[in-house]
Amino acid sequence: MKVKQIKLMQGNEACVEGALAAGMKFFGGYPITPSTEISEISALKLPRVGGKFIQMEDEIAGIAATIGASLTGLKSMTATSGPGFSLKQENIGYAMLAEIPCVIVDVQRGGPSTGMPTAPSQSDIMQAKWGTHGDHPVIALSPNSVSETFHLTIRAFNLAEKYRTPVFLMLDEVVAHMREKIEIPVASELEIFDRVRPEENDTKYMAYKVPANHLVPPMASFGDGFDFHVTGLMHDEFGFPSNDTDNAEKLMNRIMNKVNDNINDIVDYEESFIKDATTIVLAYGITARSAINAVKTARERGHKVGLFRPTTIWPSPEKQIKKLLKNVKKIIVAELNLGQYVLEIERIVAGQAEVFFLGKANGEIITPTEILTKIEEVI
Amino acid sequence: MPSQLVRDNLRTNKLPHIWCAGCSNGIAMRAISQAIENLGFDKKKVCIVSGIGCSSRTSGYMNYNTLHTTHGRAIAFATGVKLANPNLKVMVVTGDGDCSAIGGNHLIHAARRNIDITTIVFNNNIYGMTGGQFSPTTPMENYGTTAPYGNMEKPFDICNLAAAAGATYVARGTTYHVNPLVKLLEKAMIKKGFALVDVMSTCPTYYGRKNKKGTPAKMLKYFKDNTIDTKRVEKLSKEQLENKIIIGEFKNTDELEFTDKYLELIKGWEG
Repeated sequence: MKVKQIKLMQGNEACVEGALAAGMKFFGGYPITPSTEISEISALKLPRVGGKFIQMEDEIAGIAATIGASLTGLKSMTATSGPGFSLKQENIGYAMLAEIPCVIVDVQRGGPSTGMPTAPSQSDIMQAKWGTHGDHPVIALSPNSVSETFHLTIRAFNLAEKYRTPVFLMLDEVVAHMREKIEIPVASELEIFDRVRPEENDTKYMAYKVPANHLVPPMASFGDGFDFHVTGLMHDEFGFPSNDTDNAEKLMNRIMNKVNDNINDIVDYEESFIKDATTIVLAYGITARSAINAVKTARERGHKVGLFRPTTIWPSPEKQIKKLLKNVKKIIVAELNLGQYVLEIERIVAGQAEVFFLGKANGEIITPTEILTKIEEVI
Repeated sequence: MPSQLVRDNLRTNKLPHIWCAGCSNGIAMRAISQAIENLGFDKKKVCIVSGIGCSSRTSGYMNYNTLHTTHGRAIAFATGVKLANPNLKVMVVTGDGDCSAIGGNHLIHAARRNIDITTIVFNNNIYGMTGGQFSPTTPMENYGTTAPYGNMEKPFDICNLAAAAGATYVARGTTYHVNPLVKLLEKAMIKKGFALVDVMSTCPTYYGRKNKKGTPAKMLKYFKDNTIDTKRVEKLSKEQLENKIIIGEFKNTDELEFTDKYLELIKGWEG
């Protein structure tokens, strides 16, 4: 966009706009409610900007094509919902080990199984962390508005490219489908990160070796003339299969630490009314919209309550939550599931504050009144 | 000392390969190299995508752009590679289990879509990597470790499957008939569209041993003695064709190719 634009759009639409602004040139997907608009709008818009859209034969193929496209140098994305997110998990792990950047949008719906396809949930939060087998690095973001969906989609691409890893954008059905005002900034005001590529004349290129002063190995594209191999087997610095135990340990540590050592760059969050709060509500995504309303009402009633809203779900904002524990004695974790992220918060808090849980899995959102009632109950 | 062909097309520092003594996957891999060499492809633009299994380790040995993916998904990854960069000559090396069981859906849809990918199946009628379980191409009544009383399932004919699904070039060769195999591979590789060559390979370690097929050489000789070219099929009776392997070209047609159509669409939006 050359001029700032004010628009009314839904979250799924803002996701595609954000992806295009970030430089998305490939989308591989499969229809699934409530994420389908992301496919539909990508199908419409990508060929107009020289990009490619393909509707694959199933969810597994959707992520496979997305990874394949990324290997040719294109910024790539796929989108799905619970059942499809389950199906994609093996190839997600592939992209994590083979270090192939891509963005995976999961518009969470009521589950398990087919569940409630048109109802919201936040019940894939632990699947985002542990869905694929083996230890693996995870970056997952969660926006709470249409506008933030635009910006976090760009951030998801930037983090994927920067850290050479798949990044999850965890929407929920309400954020995905509600329509809100959004201000689309001028393109030049957006910060866009492109993967680091090897120097053209680098004759000693090693596909999985991190040169000095680099976060990750520079990534060559198929067809650029570099000789390299990509595999989901444990591999050496050239990319070839290796069963060497020292090599495996080194590789595992490297892919975990590229995220763990850069938590300050990856973790993002928002705090409201935190300064003097002794009780906080911790909520993300659509639940944070109800939570801020409840917190404001509680403040009007004289309660010292604040809101902590992680926009990066994984890695979790451990340092920031620990810092809050100086003043905060009670934490209410509100989320649209029967107790997932609360486990992470309990781990972080480790008994230093009381942790309360407010959850729901009946297909409705958690209302401000329910959160307010919980606040007044625990205070 | 490896031959010039091997040195020019394989990663000699990754050899010897992991395949068992007597396995004929190496013959199939060499035939692919020979076809690429004969056609004079720019090797920097050749991309080999494979799945999981014995056949799929081929990608690690071939000195092009190589991608070793997950079980059954090679064609789906390859579809992303090809659509994202149509200038690449994309080929899939897969096995009978990889492409017709776990990856069967991707196979038929890539054929239907007619995307320009050459799929080469190393068909040894067995799951070798996992130790000899029956696959969708194991003949009826043959044995596998999971078919201890004989295979009760009717096998797929991968060529008929691909042809029916819409592939524009379909052929079968064997690792005995090497020179004709190279010619079939060449024709598949130059076909603008989805092409498949079913390469009959041998697994003396598992399939052969379980089914008392004899030595590796005897297994190759079986191909010599029990194959009939597609050109002769019509002249023979049902009885004469029983238990025979049909080799040669099954289908060779020309249809609009998927990535070409997509590029036309993009062109319409340029300027």
